[in-house]
Amino acid sequence: MKLTALHDVHDRLGAKLIDFGGWHMPVQYGPILDEVTTVRTKAGLFDLGHMGRVHVTGKDAVRYVDSLATNFCAKIPTTAIRYSLFCRADGNPIDDILLYKEEGGGVFIVVNASNAAADLAWMREHTQGFDVRVHDQTDELGMIAIQGQVSRDVLQKLVEGYDLGQLGYYKFAFATICGIRNMRVSRTGYTGELGYELYVPQRETERVWNALAEAGKPFGVAPIGLGARDILRLEAGMPLYGHEIDATHNPIEAGLNFGVSFAPEKGDWIGRAALERIKANPTQRLIGLTTDGPRVPRQGTPVFRGAEQVGAVASGGVSPTIHKNIASAHVKLGCDQPGLGLEIDFKGKRQACTVQELPFFSRTRK
Amino acid sequence: MTSKTMRPDDRKYSESHEWAKQDGDAVLVGITDFAVAALSNGNDSDLVYCDLPETGRDLAQGETFGEIESVKAVSDLNSPVAGEVIEVNHKVEEHLEILSRDPWNEGWMIRVKAASKTWASEKLMNAADYEKYLESQKH
Repeated sequence: MKLTALHDVHDRLGAKLIDFGGWHMPVQYGPILDEVTTVRTKAGLFDLGHMGRVHVTGKDAVRYVDSLATNFCAKIPTTAIRYSLFCRADGNPIDDILLYKEEGGGVFIVVNASNAAADLAWMREHTQGFDVRVHDQTDELGMIAIQGQVSRDVLQKLVEGYDLGQLGYYKFAFATICGIRNMRVSRTGYTGELGYELYVPQRETERVWNALAEAGKPFGVAPIGLGARDILRLEAGMPLYGHEIDATHNPIEAGLNFGVSFAPEKGDWIGRAALERIKANPTQRLIGLTTDGPRVPRQGTPVFRGAEQVGAVASGGVSPTIHKNIASAHVKLGCDQPGLGLEIDFKGKRQACTVQELPFFSRTRK
Repeated sequence: MTSKTMRPDDRKYSESHEWAKQDGDAVLVGITDFAVAALSNGNDSDLVYCDLPETGRDLAQGETFGEIESVKAVSDLNSPVAGEVIEVNHKVEEHLEILSRDPWNEGWMIRVKAASKTWASEKLMNAADYEKYLESQKH
């Protein structure tokens, strides 16, 4: 298993570590639900060293990305970030990704740990005809997120000569942080909260983490593991590859149209024709379910309307924020109206649930 | 973590972390402190649900008699002993914190009328062997 630059820190904090996408990662430092509440009421620190980080440069970088990714890269303003996907010709995703459009024509791409090898292979397979360089920066950079209402106040203490208040949602900048010049900082995250992600030179990652922990102490900032991260992103209605989308679940029926561009000027891209057909004739939709019952919906749990199975749970969990058990589920069209009562089937025992639009939780994004 | 407390040697243990203990004419079945800790990581609020069977159910050795669920995952409860369920400790279903507090006594789950008097000799471990088994599972 691969170790992030912060592995020893997690060990010292007494975290429970698990294999996640080939990395030895903290799943929790304390009770998972307490960690969720910390992020919702204060802020939390996340080690994201496992995420893949790829820099695409060269004169054709943008045009190349537009031939592979679902969003319209040429239309992204520089210093802005957009959600996107890599799909196969059948429209099903290889991964979902973030595109950072740089001044000077480069594109910085953040991908999931579990798919990073497949993404890189896919990207390298398709460079022909483009003047591009695909550079894997995963091992050069550490990655830390701070997420929560006090994240700006905490991070600002470590930033010199830049006002984080200027950084809009899904924008990035290069700033001096902890004395390290030109550090990439983005206002992004996977929690639905105000938050930032930092791309730190590998050997400085532990120092920056410790500085954030120290600066965050008076605010009640704590380290947060993958268990809470999963609940936070589910509450915020954000997809996770392998759940809401995967090799058999396309982005259109998962409600990710905002990350898919059919603009004619974008030209052709891999998966376009298939996704256009699905968009014209969808058969299912990703919805939210809440249940007052004690059982926690899990991936694959069947969803019934009367005697008919109409879908299955994609992700489920306990939400300490809305005090219910929640799930995302793919259900067939006609069973997706908010307020509709359905049943979740736990090995023959039914538990009532109610359809609702995702997300379960959101804060205004300004 | 595993050697923190010596486990009681008045009972037998299964590889799936249940215990079985002779109690008069019947056998009590529960889960070990290791199982509870693995599910809850030491935080009893992480346990969310437990489903136990009705009385009268006939169980084969190793058969699933219920489920226990934490914030993270669901685990089957498997009976270390074959026989009929004659009593169920429904209090555990309502108060999962009992399992963290006292998995050995108050946290018993089902009382089984064993199909065989020699149930204790069947593929189960004593406390010392269970300790060794946990050690061997560590890595």
